Amino acid sequence: MRRSVIALAVLMTWISPALAEDWVPPVTDPLVQKECGACHMAFQPAFLPARSWNRMMDELSDHFGEDASLPADKTQAIRAYLTANAGDVQMKGRAWKYMKWVSPGGTPQKITENPDFERKHRFADKVWKDPKVVTKSNCPACHRAADKGYYEDD
Amino acid sequence: MIRPILVAALFILPVAALAADSARDAILADYATQAKKADVSFTAFSSQRGEALFRTKWAGGDPRTPSCTACHTDNPRNSGQNAKTGRTIDPVAVSANPKRFTNRDDVEKQFGRDCKSVLGRECSALEKGDYITFMAGQ
Repeated sequence: MRRSVIALAVLMTWISPALAEDWVPPVTDPLVQKECGACHMAFQPAFLPARSWNRMMDELSDHFGEDASLPADKTQAIRAYLTANAGDVQMKGRAWKYMKWVSPGGTPQKITENPDFERKHRFADKVWKDPKVVTKSNCPACHRAADKGYYEDD
Repeated sequence: MIRPILVAALFILPVAALAADSARDAILADYATQAKKADVSFTAFSSQRGEALFRTKWAGGDPRTPSCTACHTDNPRNSGQNAKTGRTIDPVAVSANPKRFTNRDDVEKQFGRDCKSVLGRECSALEKGDYITFMAGQ
């Protein structure tokens, strides 16, 4: 009995990342890490559905007000990775909670506008105005392992 | 066992630095050709002009990035912070970050984005060469 409890505990620590509420699969593609991570953290594709990523890759010349255009071969490779690992395709970790809030045909672009994000980020203004934070999309300012897909409360 | 590694490191490290330097030199040579084409009186890039470019408040671009220093700080040997996204930026000075200005595509992409954001226009080949020359001496 005791042994099986220990075995279960060991098993839980093994598989807990996959079950963890505040986890999404990390970005593993070097091109996506480099190009999407050039100006901001390379956000994990699990946070948006594939149709959102398609729209984003179509609109890189006006990427939240910036011209983030890339050569066509790179755009295509990044699009393929993001759509193959999108939240509605893989449904891993936190993705299913985010996907619940996306309307059937919707193509949201801002992860920070998802109600699941908002629900977990109700902070006083001074938190958002901290010079380390700058903007709501700067996940690693508070979540130190955000680039590895871990968003537990730091 | 350790000695061969040390000996190898002694040879490889300067070679890596030289390779980076020659890649940067090739990019500068390219900009020099373009600068000469744009203005026949062009003779050489200037570190002083590069520094002025770096520190000038341009007022033509995004209000969050009036100058290069808005993200890269007053000291290019320091890490900076993207004024729009908050992301940390590695130092631009070559002494602090020897990989800077060694990949032509990356250099062109970054000038394309940052000149638009800071100056509100494209940078000329002269400006790009001056900037790299300044950073290479920092």
